Amino acid sequence: MEAIVADSPKGGAWSGGGSQPFGSSYGKMMMWFFIMSDALTFSGFLGAYGLMRFKFLDTWPIADQVFTHIPFVHGDYPMYYVAFMTFILIFSSVTMVLAVDAGKHMQQGKVIIYMGLTIIGGFIFLGSQAWEWKTFITGSYGAVQLNDGKIVQFVNNEGKPVTLESFAAAIPVERTQHKKENGLWFVSEPTLPPVTLQQVKEGFANNPDIAMRTELINLETKQKTILSREQADKYLENATRVVKGANLTENEYGKTLFADFFFFITGFHGFHVFSGILINIIIFFNVIIGTYQKRGHYEMVEKVGLYWHFVDLVWVFVFTFFYLI
Amino acid sequence: MSHASSHTGLIWKVFGFLSVVTIVEVFLGIVKPESLHLTHFLGTSLLNWIFLILTLVKAYGIAWYFMHLKDEKTWFRRAIVWPVVFLIGYLAFFVLYEGDAIGIIVRDWMRWS
Repeated sequence: MEAIVADSPKGGAWSGGGSQPFGSSYGKMMMWFFIMSDALTFSGFLGAYGLMRFKFLDTWPIADQVFTHIPFVHGDYPMYYVAFMTFILIFSSVTMVLAVDAGKHMQQGKVIIYMGLTIIGGFIFLGSQAWEWKTFITGSYGAVQLNDGKIVQFVNNEGKPVTLESFAAAIPVERTQHKKENGLWFVSEPTLPPVTLQQVKEGFANNPDIAMRTELINLETKQKTILSREQADKYLENATRVVKGANLTENEYGKTLFADFFFFITGFHGFHVFSGILINIIIFFNVIIGTYQKRGHYEMVEKVGLYWHFVDLVWVFVFTFFYLI
Repeated sequence: MSHASSHTGLIWKVFGFLSVVTIVEVFLGIVKPESLHLTHFLGTSLLNWIFLILTLVKAYGIAWYFMHLKDEKTWFRRAIVWPVVFLIGYLAFFVLYEGDAIGIIVRDWMRWS
């Protein structure tokens, strides 16, 4: 009689006389089951995003008007940068699967090269995401928030958004940024917006070319609504503050929830990429010192490869739901 | 580990396919042709349905060829894919349906003029 002991010297519960359930090793199967549970976690997050998206179907920010930047170039370029990020991740998936393929043929040198490329791709993706976050947090045009939380933006007569600075009146500002040097050293203040509400109000009154755009989407034309002058003046009476950029409590592009979900979901995904890079690096060094060559198989590379592909898979969905749909 | 024949050719083909699908998605996302964007079909626009289907096609390509689900035993593959597909489908349907219902109610409470 023999009890099943997980870590017996013979190889444990999974040895089963040499046969493996589904022809899969314990480690690989558990990696798959972990991936399943992680997939359900991400579905929960994206599902919550979808719920709020449908709830605020007529006011949700339009992604093309939010993510319009690419590094070193000024202008309005939606989608290009995130498409680049997607390619980086797909390509690092390709090098990963090439590493797995080389491992099956015991080609240590090729595994090293391909895993190295995968790690580099991961770092490029993380760096790109950091830049994406920085751009979103900094903001592009600035907006005004009303006392009921609505965000209004300003556009020129062609309907293109303009910065608040471009039309704000040059009246003197009575308020300076609170810093340690000029105030209480133990109190800090978030960065003040570039212009004050009073400057925006007067600037708007002085510039008849500038129009106001609300969050409300016309569901027929799928465009944000542009207000008439009288309506805009009524809106400005209820203005409470100037908003520049986005964080967890304010968002110049519209619903704060959008920023919350963006930071949370892309952040959670980015954390997966980060841990994927760490695991890849560990296995990369194991490959270099010949651990798997001695072991006689490269299944470990295959297992971390599964995780890495999963991270790519999640990005495919994040890309669709945040940027395309 | 069995010494299977190299899949390198297939891998590059799948990469090419995924790239083409991504380029099509990005192109449609930038152009947003009105004939697709301004339509309404089963709760959203035809364009969004195209995005969704292309995304699922990409997910299939990654899971089947890059994650080697194709080479796994049939029932192992099903043990992985079926629960995920059914649970996510279930979740997505009810959550989105409910979101739409809440939206119809709260829209009446928002004043825009």
